[in-house]
Amino acid sequence: MHELSIAQNILDIVDESVKTSGFVKSIKLRIGMLANVVPDSLEFCFTAITKGTQLERTKLKIETINIVVHCSHCGSDSIIENVLFRCDCCGSTDVEIISGGELEIVEIEINDELQEPA
Amino acid sequence: MSVVTIEKKVLQKNDEVAQQNRLLFASYGIFAVNLVSSPGSGKTSVLEKIIHYLKEKIKIAVVEGDVQTDLDAQRIAKLGVPVVQIVTNGGCHLEAKLVQDAIANIDLRDIKILMIENVGNLVCPAGYDLGEAMKVVVASTTEGDDKPLKYPAMFRNASILVINKVDLVRYVNCDLQQLKKNALQINPNLKVFETSCTTNAGIAEWSEWLLSMVT
Repeated sequence: MHELSIAQNILDIVDESVKTSGFVKSIKLRIGMLANVVPDSLEFCFTAITKGTQLERTKLKIETINIVVHCSHCGSDSIIENVLFRCDCCGSTDVEIISGGELEIVEIEINDELQEPA
Repeated sequence: MSVVTIEKKVLQKNDEVAQQNRLLFASYGIFAVNLVSSPGSGKTSVLEKIIHYLKEKIKIAVVEGDVQTDLDAQRIAKLGVPVVQIVTNGGCHLEAKLVQDAIANIDLRDIKILMIENVGNLVCPAGYDLGEAMKVVVASTTEGDDKPLKYPAMFRNASILVINKVDLVRYVNCDLQQLKKNALQINPNLKVFETSCTTNAGIAEWSEWLLSMVT
């Protein structure tokens, strides 16, 4: 259940970053396929810990990021779908992961005019 | 409607504390290892063996992480090395702050190796930096040879693979060569040791390698 602690981290960062009385409509997240985070579980945990708070109706917008490796041998980039970290182009395993481990808050959408809807 | 750009890592706070731990370890010249595996792979047994092998040569300290009980810390304490137990009360992984609080209870002077035994779990601990020099993943033959493929993030993030319970390989459905092949497919840079805590196979080799990191 580490999605619960991740949801708490998200909540803390939003609390620190946004000093507003406006309604936080959404939080945009970037989550890589290698981050070991299940989006459904994260949404479930976020809903649970925000219940009765200002963020009760805030939606998580999750962008899933593919695992991409850069080949040190031939220089091409490949999307990894089978978790065998190998260059699609030349087959080399001498590859560096350049994306897929992301677990980031990108932005927060705030409705300034409206207070939290009843 | 307005959009506030944040662009922050969700685990940024953990990463910051991990960096503080890393600097602290560096200031004492401590080589810190984050020992990870599934439950029951033999992390604590391997730890007991290497402590037994190394404790006359260098000072070792241990941080134990478990969901409940201090049973592991009791086992390590019997060997006469400093040990602190973290009980996560349900938490499925150690975080940098838990380790920071735990090591505040250890006199770090003269310690050369700090072994941090994580909660048995091949998923969540992969994402949490504790400030360690490296992750060491223990996989036992009784778990089968497919674990690296099922938990790629952990095997990719580790520097060392210790294959434990090699004495049992003939009794269980595990192909040792396939296990190594699977692990190296996920991470070609993994250094592999094969150990048995029953026969002591491989313990000297793995302990000597650890020793070479600090001498």
